[in-house]
Amino acid sequence: MVEGFSWSDEVFRVLREGEVKQVAYVPDAGHQKLIQLFIDKNDIKHVPLTSEQEGVALLGGAWLGGERGALLMQSSGVGNVINMLSVPYECRFPLLMIVTMRGEWAEFNPWQIPMGQAVETTLKAMGVIVLRAREERLIGETVHSASKLAFEGGRMVAVLISQRALGKKNWNK
Amino acid sequence: MSIPTTNVTLQRRQVVTKILAARKDELVVTGLGAPTWDVASVSEHQNNFYLWGGMGGAVSTGLGLALAQPERRVLVVTGDGEMLMGLGSLATVVVQKPKNFVVIVLDNERYGETGMQQTATAFGVELSLVARGVGFEIARTIWTENELSEATNEIFTARGPMFFDVKVQASDDPMVLPEKDGLTLKHRFQAQFLGQKKSLSEGKQ
Ligand SMILES: Cc1ncc(C[n+]2csc(CCOP(=O)(O)OP(=O)(O)O)c2C)c(N)n1
Ligand SMILES: [Mg+2]
Repeated sequence: MVEGFSWSDEVFRVLREGEVKQVAYVPDAGHQKLIQLFIDKNDIKHVPLTSEQEGVALLGGAWLGGERGALLMQSSGVGNVINMLSVPYECRFPLLMIVTMRGEWAEFNPWQIPMGQAVETTLKAMGVIVLRAREERLIGETVHSASKLAFEGGRMVAVLISQRALGKKNWNK
Repeated sequence: MSIPTTNVTLQRRQVVTKILAARKDELVVTGLGAPTWDVASVSEHQNNFYLWGGMGGAVSTGLGLALAQPERRVLVVTGDGEMLMGLGSLATVVVQKPKNFVVIVLDNERYGETGMQQTATAFGVELSLVARGVGFEIARTIWTENELSEATNEIFTARGPMFFDVKVQASDDPMVLPEKDGLTLKHRFQAQFLGQKKSLSEGKQ
């Protein structure tokens, strides 16, 4: 982590400026600070989920009602959303997913590797645009770009934040 | 054709007819399959959003909508099989406590669409107790016409979130298929909000 510079603060700002009104999540250590920023500020609805697939349906409903949302999850959560992606696919609901990766860079837990390695392939198979952020300094602008593609381009977009960009301290959770 | 379910007298189409007769500007989200056909058959309305897929996602879709439109009441009408696939979403609802949110399960104790196989509710699983357990203050199983009348009143007036599991006969009703193109359904549904500031900012989309 670069001292005094946090991608979480930047993504927090990007999502607020992008008029996101509902933030849904199943926690990942990599998302810890970003989630806490939303909880502390408490002016945007934050929706803890029991499973990531709820978030895909939730944000479809939000869009039907005129609100933008974002879904935060760990790479393993991508495995939980696949069929539910049929809904935004068919209805052309925008969908912005911010995925913190496991199983792809110096991973110590072998159980994370199968899904981590399959994330990009499975998302693409369901028609999701995949953007990767491999360095911390690029995360903010990648989320900004994804937000445009999602809400103005009307597409499903996932930002995959590399373990390399997240820094060592988050890898063991 | 009807497979008799012990003690069950309510007919699903009549249940939906009775509930939606009291409808004004409520928003209705339907779970895939028969609940979609039921709602389409009794109240084809631009304020209906029909799911034709996304099994397990009806309550979540309704929740996102209810949070985005807090002044409008949102009714989710779904099946027991669909609800069982999204049980966790009931817990998520309670965390948000949307007072404008109602779940109505048409519980025939069967996966009707796929050949009437028994669901967990046929083996004693009580969805209203699940809802009660996760924190819905109003959560009941409805067996009789009188109970249905009382519930119908609450659906439109009481403070949510609410959950009603309506036991219905395992009937095989004529399929009434509404529009199925998702994009068309979305545009039709969203048209009602076009006057709102919120949606105007989305006019840029
Ligand atoms: C993920 C998924 N699994 C299975 C199916 C097949 N399927 C379609 S409708 C349905 C049964 C729905 O049962 P219920 O919600 O109780 O509705 P009913 O027809 O009984 O009213 C099933 C299993 C599906 N569409 N999606
Ligand atoms: Mg059923």
